[in-house]
Amino acid sequence: MGENVTANRTPAEIGLAEAFAQLDGKLPGNSDVKAKREEAFARFGSVGLPHRRVEAWHYTDLKSLQREALPLAAPPSAEAKTAAWNAQTLFAGLGARRLVIIDGTVVPALSDMDGLEPGLTVSTMAAALSEGDPFVASHLGTGRPVDDPAVELNTAFMGDGVVIRVAEGAVIERPIHLVFVATGDVPASTFVRSLVVVGNGAKLTLAESHQALGAAAYQPNIGLELVVGDDAQVDYVKCLRESTASQHLASFMTALGARAVFNHFSLTTGGAVVRNQLFLKLNGEGACVDIRGANLLRGNQHADTTLVADHLAPGCQAREVFKSVLADESRGIFQGKISVAPDAQKTDAKMMAQALLLSETAEFDSKPELEIFADDVQCGHGTTAGALDEDLRFYLMARGIPADEAESLLIQAFVGETLENIAHESLKSVLMSAVADWLQAGGASHA
Amino acid sequence: MAAVQETVEQVRQIDVDQYKYGFVTNIESEKAPKGLSEDIIRFISAKKNEPEWMLDWRLEAYRRWKTMQEPSWARVDYPPIDFQDLYYYSEPKKKPALKSLDEVDPEILATYEKLGIPLKEQKMLAGVVSDEGEDAGGDEAASGQPRARVAVDAVFDSVSVATTFKEELAKAGVIFCPISEALREHPDLVRKYLGTVVPTTDNFYATLNSAVFSDGSFVYVPEGVRCPMELSTYFRINEAQTGQFERTLIIADKGSYVSYLEGCTAPMRDENQLHAAVVELVALDDAEIKYSTVQNWYPGDADGKGGIYNFVTKRGDCRGRNSKISWTQVETGSAITWKYPSCVLRGENSRGEFYSIAISNGRQQVDSGTKMIHLGKNTSSRIISKGISAGRSQNTYRGLVSAHRKASAARNFTCCDSLLIGNECGAHTVPYIEAKNASATFEHEATTSKISDDQLFYCLQRGLSEEEAVALIVNGFVRDVLQQLPMEFAVEAQKLISISLEGSVG
Amino acid sequence: MTPLLEVKNLHAEIDGKKILNGLDLVVNKGEVHAIMGPNGAGKSTLSYVLAGRDGYEVTEGDVLLNGESMLEMEPSERACKGVFLAFQYPMEIPGVATMTFLRAALNAQRKTRGEPELSSPDAIRKVKDVAGQLGINMDMLKRPVNVGFSGGEKKRAETMQMALLEPKLCLLDETDSGLDIDALKVVSEGVNRLRSPERGFVVITHYQRLLDHIVPDIVHVMSAGKIVRTGGKELAHELEASGYAQYQQEAA
Repeated sequence: MGENVTANRTPAEIGLAEAFAQLDGKLPGNSDVKAKREEAFARFGSVGLPHRRVEAWHYTDLKSLQREALPLAAPPSAEAKTAAWNAQTLFAGLGARRLVIIDGTVVPALSDMDGLEPGLTVSTMAAALSEGDPFVASHLGTGRPVDDPAVELNTAFMGDGVVIRVAEGAVIERPIHLVFVATGDVPASTFVRSLVVVGNGAKLTLAESHQALGAAAYQPNIGLELVVGDDAQVDYVKCLRESTASQHLASFMTALGARAVFNHFSLTTGGAVVRNQLFLKLNGEGACVDIRGANLLRGNQHADTTLVADHLAPGCQAREVFKSVLADESRGIFQGKISVAPDAQKTDAKMMAQALLLSETAEFDSKPELEIFADDVQCGHGTTAGALDEDLRFYLMARGIPADEAESLLIQAFVGETLENIAHESLKSVLMSAVADWLQAGGASHA
Repeated sequence: MAAVQETVEQVRQIDVDQYKYGFVTNIESEKAPKGLSEDIIRFISAKKNEPEWMLDWRLEAYRRWKTMQEPSWARVDYPPIDFQDLYYYSEPKKKPALKSLDEVDPEILATYEKLGIPLKEQKMLAGVVSDEGEDAGGDEAASGQPRARVAVDAVFDSVSVATTFKEELAKAGVIFCPISEALREHPDLVRKYLGTVVPTTDNFYATLNSAVFSDGSFVYVPEGVRCPMELSTYFRINEAQTGQFERTLIIADKGSYVSYLEGCTAPMRDENQLHAAVVELVALDDAEIKYSTVQNWYPGDADGKGGIYNFVTKRGDCRGRNSKISWTQVETGSAITWKYPSCVLRGENSRGEFYSIAISNGRQQVDSGTKMIHLGKNTSSRIISKGISAGRSQNTYRGLVSAHRKASAARNFTCCDSLLIGNECGAHTVPYIEAKNASATFEHEATTSKISDDQLFYCLQRGLSEEEAVALIVNGFVRDVLQQLPMEFAVEAQKLISISLEGSVG
Repeated sequence: MTPLLEVKNLHAEIDGKKILNGLDLVVNKGEVHAIMGPNGAGKSTLSYVLAGRDGYEVTEGDVLLNGESMLEMEPSERACKGVFLAFQYPMEIPGVATMTFLRAALNAQRKTRGEPELSSPDAIRKVKDVAGQLGINMDMLKRPVNVGFSGGEKKRAETMQMALLEPKLCLLDETDSGLDIDALKVVSEGVNRLRSPERGFVVITHYQRLLDHIVPDIVHVMSAGKIVRTGGKELAHELEASGYAQYQQEAA
């Protein structure tokens, strides 16, 4: 099949190949990094952009959705930086340590790089690659999924990003906030790659937000590798509110040590085409993950959450809950695969994906998979799709609550389950108001 | 409990690794030369005295097939099949035209006897068909029909050798005959419906079947008729290196009902044998078709040598309002199973059901499930799938439930449960759920687990052996589905389940 | 004087099936009406049509609340105008805390009456006052609406909502179903406390026993979608003795 694909390359694929050739030697990194980039691009080139016949991308046909490859974003100008700084609002009141990434470039001047807590190290990926940082070199790509074109492209083109290290046993109370801002002045693509390594017994709260200021076409490809050591804990939250000119590809690659705890929540209300990929490797015995997410979509938005949880060690526990609220002509996709290796006995994994369709023309596609090679396991998944429950709506209205308010209440209740486990109270309330904002903007106005 | 006892007995009787139905019948057969070409297709068509349009239909399918690729998405793994190294036609050589059952080759009858399935067909095939009182139902006074009567169309390799109860069915207006005969006797009916559910272009194996199918059953139940008995076909692959390509077409006209049973066995052989059948069901307004399969083709030996490749396309079209199609399958055999009995829910208020037990042991590979395509308003479907993996087998449930734009108020409930026995096998669940209609309500749930130690211990403590306990628990696990089978089949299926799990414990 | 509720020649159907066939009913302020009848008489349909549930089509007739037709009103408008339906099977709403729900309802109704919205502490105080009288504790109020409540708890919660929202017209649909005698007493006492010269009740029930606790002024017998007999409270006792058979025949 591969030969056919390369024979008929799309303008976007040709554009990517040309860009890669032109950037030869201009992207950061020594010869080892360069080799990594070339291997990654070769792997991408052999299959091209994924399309509906590629099983993992069946519902997100990038080949037809991504018509062209946008030029790499230029480093932000001073005005752009100021504008971005003034505009970023989400999680602003959090008191978090902010690391600001504008148009794919980390801007240290706007970031809280000073006063780092003991055990915390922060640097930029561009610097780490240029300097040939051995720590980064040894970790980068270790959690890479096999044959994922979005990750391959990210590796081939990675420019900047953050590198965060938390030393063994260090408990970092102040959340770290990765502030992604797109200026959106001219059409552009970005390839940000970050690496977060949390040592044994350490603890970190990480938030990530994405906003776009202008409405120019925008193709961010975000890669984040997270290594969580034995007995360590990471709480992670992502909020995506880019404009509908954005085609957002994000790959989150996590490797967990023994008894590690990882809590994840992501909220998507923005973007025209969004693919949030989560690759989880539960490498250590007794690791515990809680993965939740909500996609609230309207208009023609398309958001795909794809989760692959590889249970590689015994006794791990996983809970995954995803909710989609789909208005207008939007399309929500959930793909979740729980894979249990032969040695991963006593795995306990449950996954649930639910969609609320608010309009006749909305669509939800779900593919929850189980791939089990160990016999002593408890694994399950569920999917539901349907409209708002008319009985409940009537009950609320019979108590005097107007139709739109009744619907908002029911939608918030529906989404609420994904938020209830966020330990950081102010993070939680920010996200709850983000949900309310979405509803306010016309979410339940369908009748 | 009695049935369980019987199960346990069966387990005791059967030696490990001995496939009960693995014997070869020594009858002469007439084969077409090996390989596939337009000439072979002309040969098959000529053998069957088919009308010209049928030959054209086959040739068109063959030309199409040559442009197609074998599907590779299923989780099954096998060496490439050399489609030119197969016999596409094999016919038991026999006295000309069978006028009555007495003329059936005694070897064939002996084969059926050895199949050991304690259905009534033995007698029927032997011509001992003295009706009333024989089956001593007694309590079926209302219908005046003994319950256990089954009409059989037996397909031996490629041709249908005998059809029982034909006359009585004819009285009710039901047509039940080999499809080759239907092509001659009822060409208009066949032409009207053949290929309308599974088009010749559908998929690699279905297209191959369209080109070379040799026989199969044809059923037509006229308007308002409730078919007076269960209809049944036994498929059996006997010849070495034959592919079996039967084609079944069942039409339930308005307001009619039919229940159809299909049982499959094959002898033990070293080489793999291909089985690529197509089954098409059409249910018109208010009609109902119940289709039950018990499949125990030879699964290959303990090392995975030999066995049947079961690549089957089965689809039902709920074409009329309030129509209903229900698939029930018990799959215990075959080296590879690739099979997705599906329902196209076109008519308003139509309903599709899929009940499945798929058991894999040894080196078997199963990739099976269903598709429920909701096109009409207020359509509903239900899927209950029970997969059991043992030995070194891989067992995958793959299913699609989709509601199209116009399928308002479509409803589906799906429950897929998998059970693993031993730690060298795999159980996989790959459902696709596609809702394009807000008023559709889909619920899907799946679980994978092992036999609970507590349950096992409880049984052992009460004196059961481990194997008995497993058989008991597994039978409990699949009970929801077994209940969907006609009585005689359910007992049979229960035995099969235990036999297939033979050697999986310990 | 304008009646509180006036149902005139009401015909209604669901999915094309006629359920109400020319029902007439007048309820004045201060009155308690009981509607009794066999299963399938259309009693629950009447309560849903009065509350405005979707799917019930009124083909003829009218329903007036204080002289104003309600048929075109949304369920929430009717509620804000004082119609309260105590459900036979109160719905469970996972994810919505009871307190959140009650406050939303209270404030929605206050808003339409031009009253200021209650702050969260005020709402909690008000709810707690009413809830206490019905033996509903804070723990129940923290749980999602009706989720995990027993049958008796659900009915108590319905009565509590009724007391809280202070409606003008209370419709009680088979409030006694699924209640043991103790729960029945608690619920009945709660209802009786709400009886006032300004408020009307329509108590729908299959059995007489509820009416021993909530004593009606007027008893109607409903069969085949209309009122076939009206009398005083003694009619309920008569029905208890004789059953509904005669009315089913009459209606047929």
